[in-house]
Amino acid sequence: MYYVGIDIGSTASKVALQGEKEMYFVLPTGWSSKETTQTIKEKLLSEGVDVHADGVKVVATGYGRAAVGFADYVITEITCHARGGREMAGDSCAIIDVGGQDTKVIIVENGTVQDFLMNDKCSAGTGKFLEIMANRLGVALQELFDMAQAGTALPISSLCTVFAESEVINYIGEGSKREDIAAGVVDSVAAKVAQLGRKKDLPEKVILTGGLSHSTYFTKILSEKIGQKVEPTENGRYAGALGAALLAREKPR
Amino acid sequence: MADYRKMWEDLGMDVETHDQLCAVLPQAFGDVYLSQENRPESMDYYNMVVADIHGIRPAELIEHQKAGGKVFGTFCIYVPDEIVFAADAIATGLCGGSQFWVPGGEKVLPTNTCPLIKASVGARIDRTCPFFRIADMYVGETTCDGKKKAWEILAEDVQVHVMNLPQMKRAKDVRAWAEEIEDFKKVVEEFTGNKVTAEKLAESIKLINAKRKALERLYETRKNEDIPISGTDALLISQIAFYDDPGRFTQMTNKLCDELEQRIADGISVFPAGTKRIMVTGTPLAIPNWKLHNIIETSGGAVVCEEMCTGTRYFERQVDERKATVEEQITAIAERYMGINCACFTPNEGRVDDILRLAKEYKVDGIIDVNLKFCNLYDTEGYFVERAMKEAGIPVLGIETDYTDSDAQQLRTRVSAFIEMLNN
Repeated sequence: MYYVGIDIGSTASKVALQGEKEMYFVLPTGWSSKETTQTIKEKLLSEGVDVHADGVKVVATGYGRAAVGFADYVITEITCHARGGREMAGDSCAIIDVGGQDTKVIIVENGTVQDFLMNDKCSAGTGKFLEIMANRLGVALQELFDMAQAGTALPISSLCTVFAESEVINYIGEGSKREDIAAGVVDSVAAKVAQLGRKKDLPEKVILTGGLSHSTYFTKILSEKIGQKVEPTENGRYAGALGAALLAREKPR
Repeated sequence: MADYRKMWEDLGMDVETHDQLCAVLPQAFGDVYLSQENRPESMDYYNMVVADIHGIRPAELIEHQKAGGKVFGTFCIYVPDEIVFAADAIATGLCGGSQFWVPGGEKVLPTNTCPLIKASVGARIDRTCPFFRIADMYVGETTCDGKKKAWEILAEDVQVHVMNLPQMKRAKDVRAWAEEIEDFKKVVEEFTGNKVTAEKLAESIKLINAKRKALERLYETRKNEDIPISGTDALLISQIAFYDDPGRFTQMTNKLCDELEQRIADGISVFPAGTKRIMVTGTPLAIPNWKLHNIIETSGGAVVCEEMCTGTRYFERQVDERKATVEEQITAIAERYMGINCACFTPNEGRVDDILRLAKEYKVDGIIDVNLKFCNLYDTEGYFVERAMKEAGIPVLGIETDYTDSDAQQLRTRVSAFIEMLNN
């Protein structure tokens, strides 16, 4: 049997394969979730996994989950992240997922979702915010983080991405150091995420998932702001996809 | 649908802009309502009322005016309809529930005003709702700062009487509310030229009590394990209660309840067995705001109760019918209305008690506490609601939203995840 978890995020689509063979891959979601879904299907086929076959169970999740026509089940990213996070951090933990368009805090107790929070529709405190700011500074996301580590954070106080971008433009205009601006940007995202996290009583074990999950620099700032340790995860961006694959296996027929 | 263009033109409406609203409503209603399976047959009445929402009832109100009667437009469940009907006038709800009217309201109101106020003001100043044109007098109240200032703006365009609702619930506040109702009675008497006698008031108290009892009976059916009616349909009925003829509404709702009670006897439910029972709490959902119910009930949940102005706050508890003098009757009315637990009061522990009680009565699995964006009062009170539910072991999902559809997908994710959580 093969169990496939497909997590169509707003920025990246993640796939986790479990069962007879284990593998992970990621591709940009692009402008069409449907096309991305097609590409995923072909890629899986080239690995010998036919999503339409009887021995293959597919769970789709993420914001584009409804676009995966061949999915056997559609489950929200909250439940999938919780399942994947539980695999990575144990039965009682909190998962902070900084995604491309939303940020979630999920509390898992005894293996099931106990509570969760999601940011409102505004993009502050999400990957989108970082992406926009990196663009404004003319660097890639990784460079933004590298620069930030060398800088001293300038305050970015606006809650709104659009206004925050104006603040960044002002700093650029004033001739502030790019490193300091970059540090300010990362700091601002961490502050927003921490604000969400502080609304709940978090368990001792807290992990970061999503596209930034491997960044020890980000988890360090986040830990400071939340007031407790947030651990980075090596494969954290696949938490949702892995959770989906595991749920595909666990779903009663 | 009959042609009401002439009537709308005579009302001084912006008919062309209004046409845009008329063009989208049937589609929205079809998507949300007519797509539901196994609806009670008696929903036909409410379908018809909504299909001609700006036709049938406005035409009746105009007939009433032609016969010399007055129409009072109200915005809040604290304003006692009893007084209005006792003076042979008609009270009709005016709360706006569509994004269509919001930009109009934003012309004169700050953006960070709640959508309900923005839509209500927009509907008036853009001349795109017949009810807002027909009402001879608006009756406002002091339930929040946004409304207080909005009345001043509306008063430049239409006659407005504002009732001063106390903010605490001490005995002297209840007395003050009785005085406010007494003053309101004088205003209504003067405006209509009709005297509110003890006899007339006794009649109207019975009339409005009967409406509340019909709604109570409807909600009672939703406590059953087999749920005979969707929350989406029940919400529509609550919304229609605000502006339909009370006598007819009561009759039609009781007829519907006969059918629902038969369904219960036959073990018919509109949801599969085991569907999670959700109570929504918080700010009102004015017509045609069906977004949240639609999302919940198409994401695997069943809404069994609304602890809202469009819900239990509207109909729970009756006015004592045994009072003989106008003065006693007004005291009884004041006591009934001051028993409503709105976040505009401080403190307001009664509301948390209500929610805990309703959660038991309706056997709810989870609560979705919804806040209309920029409603500071309910938003802040959400802190206590959430904490009390947590202590009682009832899962709560807090949601803030407005009338736009831009957050529909995000809301769907949250609501679905909440229901998945309840199912695990």
